[in-house]
Amino acid sequence: MLTITQALYDQIVAHAREDHPDEACGVVAGPVGEGRPERFIPMLNAARSPTFYEFDSQDLLKLYREMDDRDEEPAVVYHSHTATEAYPSRTDITYANEPGAHYVLVSTADADGAGDFQFRSYRIVEGEVTEEEVKVVEAY
Amino acid sequence: MAIEVRIPTILRQYTDGQKAVEGSGDTLANLFADLETRHTGIRARLVDADNGDQLRRFVNVYLNDEDVRFLDGVETKLSDGDSITILPAVAGGAA
Repeated sequence: MLTITQALYDQIVAHAREDHPDEACGVVAGPVGEGRPERFIPMLNAARSPTFYEFDSQDLLKLYREMDDRDEEPAVVYHSHTATEAYPSRTDITYANEPGAHYVLVSTADADGAGDFQFRSYRIVEGEVTEEEVKVVEAY
Repeated sequence: MAIEVRIPTILRQYTDGQKAVEGSGDTLANLFADLETRHTGIRARLVDADNGDQLRRFVNVYLNDEDVRFLDGVETKLSDGDSITILPAVAGGAA
C-alpha cells in the first residue's frame, strides 16, 4: 500500500496537469528503507513528449547524488499518461529499475474536462506489475 | 589502477549488496571486463552484445560528473583515481 500525504498527492497531480499534453515525471524521495514519501522533486521530461518520459542525464546524476548525501531513496517514481489510463505500459515495465519504489501513474486523459484524475500506484519488480491501494492522509 | 565504481540498487545483486566496488582498466570497456571477473553477469546489464558491446540505451554511465555518451562511450579513457557512477535511466511512457 502507498500511504501519501494530501499535499504530496496534490503536488503530483498539479505537475501532471501543468505539463499536459506532455508527460510529467518526478520523484518523491524518502528515508532509505522506510518507503515513506517525503520530499517532492519534480523532474524535467527531457523527451518533452506526450508518449514518453526520460529524466535528463545530468539531472539524474544530481538527483541520485543528492539522495545519497541525504540517506534517501526514491520512495515514489511518478509520471503521467496524457491520453491513456493510469496503468503501466510495456515501456514503463521494461525500464522500471527501482524495485523498492512505488510507481505512481497519473492519467490526465480527461484534463480538458478537468474531470477526475486517475491516481494509481504499482510495484514493478522484475517485469511483474502489482497494483496497490493508495491511502491519502493529512500527515504521517 | 584503482577506479571506484558506484553501483545502483538494481545491480547490487552482482556485488553482494555493495554500493561501490573497485575495478581497473584503461578504458570503460576494459573496466567492465575487469568487473565481470569478480561480479559475474554485471557486464551484460551494461553493454549490449547485439549492438557491438555499446552501452545499453537506458544505462547511464558517468566518468566523474560527465555522461560518457558525451565522451567516447565504452572507449572512454580512464585514469587511476577516476570515479565511475552507473545509473539506470528513469524512463517510460505510454508509447
